[in-house]
Amino acid sequence: MTGRIIGVDVGGTFTDLILAGADGEVPRIAKVPTTVDNQSFGVIAAIGETGVALEDVETVVHGTTATTNAILERKVARCGLITTRGFRDVLELGRRTRPQPYGLTGRFDPLVPRELRMEVDERMDAAGEVVRPLDEDGVRAAVQALLDQGVESLIIHFLHAYINPAHERRAAEIARAFWPNGYITMGHAILSEYREYERGVTAAVNASIQPVLHRYISRLSEELKERGYGHDLLVMQGNGGTVSSRIVSEAAVNTVMSGPASGVMAAAYTASRAGFDSVITYDMGGTSCDVGLIRGGIPQVSSELELEYAMPVHVPMVDLHTIGAGGGSIAHINDAGMLQIGPESAGAVPGPICYARGGTRPTITDANLVLGRLNPEALLSVDTPVSLADIEAVIAQQIGNPLGLDAKGAAAAIVHVANDRMAGALRMVSLARGHDPRDFALFAFGGAGPLHAVALARELGIPKVLIPARPGITNAFGCIVADVRHDYVNTVNRLVADLDMDRVRAILESQIADGTDTIAREGVAIEGLTVIHSADMQFQGQSHILSVPIAGTGVSREALQQGFEEAYWNRFEVELPEIRAVLVNLHTAVIGRRPGVPLEALVNRQDLAADLAGACTGVRDVGFPDGWRETPVYRRSRIPLGASFEGPAIIEQLDTTIVVEPASRVDADELGNLIVSVAAEGTAA
Amino acid sequence: MSIIDPKDIDPVTLAVIQNGLQQVCAEMDLAFVRAAFSPVISEALDRSDGIYHRETGELIAQGELGLPVFVGTMQFGTQEVIKRAGEVRPGDMFIVNDPYLGGTHLMDVRFVKPYFYKGALFAWLANTGHWPDTGGAVPGGFSANATEVEQEGLRLPPVKLFKEGVMDDEILSIILSNIRIADQRIGDIKAQAAALTIGEKRLTALLDRYGAGMVDACIGELKDRAAQQMRARIATMPDGLYEGEAFVDSDGVVDEPLRIDMKIRKEGSELYFDMSGSSPPCLGPMNSVIATTRSSIYLAMKHIFPEVPINAGTFEPLHIEDPEGTFLYAKYPRPVSGCAAEVSQRIAEAVFSALVKAMPDRMFAAPAGTSGNFALGGFDPERGRPYVMYLISGGGYGGFRGGDGISNGCSTIGISKTTPLEVIEQYYPVLFEEYALHVGSGGAGRQRGGFGVTYDVRLRRGEAKASFVMDHGRTGPQGVLGGADGGVNKVRVYRGDQEYIPPHLSKDQGIRITAGDRVRVSTPGGGGYGAPSERDPAAIAVDVGRGYYTAAEAAELFGVVVLEDFSVDEAATAKLRQDRKGLAAAGE
Repeated sequence: MTGRIIGVDVGGTFTDLILAGADGEVPRIAKVPTTVDNQSFGVIAAIGETGVALEDVETVVHGTTATTNAILERKVARCGLITTRGFRDVLELGRRTRPQPYGLTGRFDPLVPRELRMEVDERMDAAGEVVRPLDEDGVRAAVQALLDQGVESLIIHFLHAYINPAHERRAAEIARAFWPNGYITMGHAILSEYREYERGVTAAVNASIQPVLHRYISRLSEELKERGYGHDLLVMQGNGGTVSSRIVSEAAVNTVMSGPASGVMAAAYTASRAGFDSVITYDMGGTSCDVGLIRGGIPQVSSELELEYAMPVHVPMVDLHTIGAGGGSIAHINDAGMLQIGPESAGAVPGPICYARGGTRPTITDANLVLGRLNPEALLSVDTPVSLADIEAVIAQQIGNPLGLDAKGAAAAIVHVANDRMAGALRMVSLARGHDPRDFALFAFGGAGPLHAVALARELGIPKVLIPARPGITNAFGCIVADVRHDYVNTVNRLVADLDMDRVRAILESQIADGTDTIAREGVAIEGLTVIHSADMQFQGQSHILSVPIAGTGVSREALQQGFEEAYWNRFEVELPEIRAVLVNLHTAVIGRRPGVPLEALVNRQDLAADLAGACTGVRDVGFPDGWRETPVYRRSRIPLGASFEGPAIIEQLDTTIVVEPASRVDADELGNLIVSVAAEGTAA
Repeated sequence: MSIIDPKDIDPVTLAVIQNGLQQVCAEMDLAFVRAAFSPVISEALDRSDGIYHRETGELIAQGELGLPVFVGTMQFGTQEVIKRAGEVRPGDMFIVNDPYLGGTHLMDVRFVKPYFYKGALFAWLANTGHWPDTGGAVPGGFSANATEVEQEGLRLPPVKLFKEGVMDDEILSIILSNIRIADQRIGDIKAQAAALTIGEKRLTALLDRYGAGMVDACIGELKDRAAQQMRARIATMPDGLYEGEAFVDSDGVVDEPLRIDMKIRKEGSELYFDMSGSSPPCLGPMNSVIATTRSSIYLAMKHIFPEVPINAGTFEPLHIEDPEGTFLYAKYPRPVSGCAAEVSQRIAEAVFSALVKAMPDRMFAAPAGTSGNFALGGFDPERGRPYVMYLISGGGYGGFRGGDGISNGCSTIGISKTTPLEVIEQYYPVLFEEYALHVGSGGAGRQRGGFGVTYDVRLRRGEAKASFVMDHGRTGPQGVLGGADGGVNKVRVYRGDQEYIPPHLSKDQGIRITAGDRVRVSTPGGGGYGAPSERDPAAIAVDVGRGYYTAAEAAELFGVVVLEDFSVDEAATAKLRQDRKGLAAAGE
């Protein structure tokens, strides 16, 4: 029997909380506005809403966007860099790119300006041999110069440190002797992978947000303690695992993208219990969609994230792809007379027209409203100065007239084209990762995901859509089901034929040791350890890498070769026996399993209706691709477990609306999920 | 196939089919790049995939992430194949790399496949991939001083490499017997062919769903709409004749600059391009074939109006007169290996320099515009094997109304990333001593140019030969509206204590170096935009603080006096700028 656990996730607009209790206790949910300048106010407010005293809570897990926002808005610490002589401009030269394939203008500001990038004499070669010894006096002088310029956070980044970190370690030791705080980042310690720009930027991102995160988490821990919380605060990471607040800021970069990652963890947890091991996660909000892939119940992890133009953050993270389409995406007619959705978004302010915050351009959300897919009465309150007729007039004028359509026809066109674009993007996300979307189920969440999911699935040939019991708090739920997790990557870059297998074993063992030590140091209660190894491999001469699972530290050369050939065949259906394989990186994830939370707890059984009719709140006219239908509307919280019915249907709940197209079938499972069997293309008509 | 009146296309179907065609190309691009072997394709993305009209060969759709220079060439290449194809059957696939038949240089190998739907030819699918080698005098094909195309490599007319789905092993063996590192090419050939097969499947799915008649009608309508979009933009320029020019340092054989004379007449919503005043054909490999010359103009227009989608309609209002008798219309057997990488970028620069007069607010100063090819071929005694190392460099972009130019941007014709130094040092016996901004190279201007890159690389073992095919060594990328030119490209070879400067500055071949010797290259900066005297003194102080310019350069180029603590001496600056103005007025 475990005690109460709180998951609290800070999103762009709302801070969501879920409290899972002891057996039989109904879970509590809270939603409060996010407090942008100091997220901890919102967190404390959300906890207050539950009415539960913090003394009675065993674990608090926190997902924060503090670091992602700090980077994107450049509200970061003043950083300085010490690097190999001759290479201080690596961080400014980038990888020789431009922001867009076409157009020759744009802007790029490196995280560390040139005047704060110092060079010292030292050099390793690609084999890790010392070419030039470290100039220790030079390090002291550089450290002093950066301190004199008011630098708070220090980065030490040397060429080839991934293979021999001795100089980075010694330079850090020298700096520590008189650096006034703990904010010193060594490039190899964050990412032991070759590619000097990516490693350097990843280190710079870490250094920029380390003080921000450290201050934020210390303050929040203090406040929780003052309110009676007696245990350790856990923080979500981008790899989908948690880390203790005591060590989280050492690798602050690991918290980047942790919000969306925790949504994927919740999806994996929920979907596999509902019997779906291969899932595409589809989280659509106001400005964008996040799409992730789960195979075999495990979210795919990648270390290739580019947070924005020329900002690679190459630590292992849940592999998510962001598509620039959300409820607030603006529909317009371009100068070729074509209907276009986005890329401009009305965002939260002014937002869609129906929010009555000054929006004057039609968005996807407005179109959904006109089509009756969203409930006008729920969205438009009496004191709103915008009526449905007003919105129809704008859509008719801006979209309908140029296309020769009436307001409803134009709204249908907007939703149709938006779905078409999103489906195309989703398809590319899965193809780029080597998968056919038809082999997956679609797990829809976020405020707008369930509105579009069934149509997207039909478009993509995906047979099933799964909508969890509480789609609007999926990220917060991810916090309470995530395990403790630490990832390690080391570059090897040798032909498989020439590998020193003892060294492979030694690297994997040391990765396990690092992970186990870290988990022990955190002192978080776990039920056991899981270790997952994989190898990044390629054919000699190629530049793309494939991730190949490894069974254990004693992996043989033959098993590596065979695993790679299988992975390559599965991806490309090409056999290339004449070309030799290369082992690029070794990767280990050390996972401390935390106790699970029963999904059934998410459903409040007292609310359930005796039969389906009891869940029906009425009917309204809804526009579908094949025309308007009188459509029954259900309240989600009342739909009995085990119920089964056919579309068309609209299912409303507090945080989202589900649109079920005609001929698709809904089954409510015993865990509180809705599973939609999607009618194949053509049968919906 | 039923004929559908464009008036009967509903707007949603049109938008969906536009996206559907784009998706087919994107999936071909993806399949090609993921399975390809050559880093030139998989990492540098030097490839493109598209769909072409069954009769005219005109471009229907092309992948968004294809190499920009292939924007126009592939439709010309497909047209040449159609002319020569004779009878075609499902499963046939042509291979061709003849530059004079709608191509670029020999290394760009095109696969062209007739696409049949329900037994009838519906369209052509084609792709281009840059092969790392196609034989010839130098590995990689970028000879700096070839004088005939035969010295540049194996030239393939359109031949069916696949006949009804079966690869012709005899043609394959001829190809593989004539190129270097042949064993890895089979991986690329399979990838390139597989990409077109994927395109075929996806296009069939689209046609099954919407019907061949509807897709066909939408293709026609989309072409008209793209033309309309391009015309709407052209119409915003004042009518008139706009003149621009650009210079290629030399052809690599004769040490004389080649001039591109670009006269663009704007009338209504059409543009007429006349390059007939350009230099005559040259002896060395800096000739351009007509397909590349045209494509370079298309590419330049796409850089100016990136939001216009690419199909044959986009090019309809662009009327290009064949520049007969110039080096921009090379005929057999003129050598052409420099056309795709270098001359194409000079043609684009000439277009930019002409149109800046028509649209000063929209335009930008010239970008570095050279691919900066540096090849080092040698033998590594420690590993006992030969190697060829290629280094392609970026440079500064020009300033523009909204800001300073980007530093170390990719060539205008490319979209690739550099290979990391840590990767290069793992593969080749070299050690970099420096990899830095080419400070001072950004052309002075109200918005200054971005900076080029300076690298300094030392050979650690054995002997090697260095070759360079670069440009802008003689004059820098052009500044506009009073802005100064960007810094020039510099090549230095240090053998022992001797400094060697290539006689043609930016092009040379077979320079022998031994262990310990160094090659040092600085690439061009971008041109400046607007008068340097109008640049905000505070911005110059920041530039000096960062070491982008010295204090002396700040005074000389911008008329700004920056003190030792990197603050501006306002009084001295005002006086200096005033004196300059007086001097300029007196000079007039």
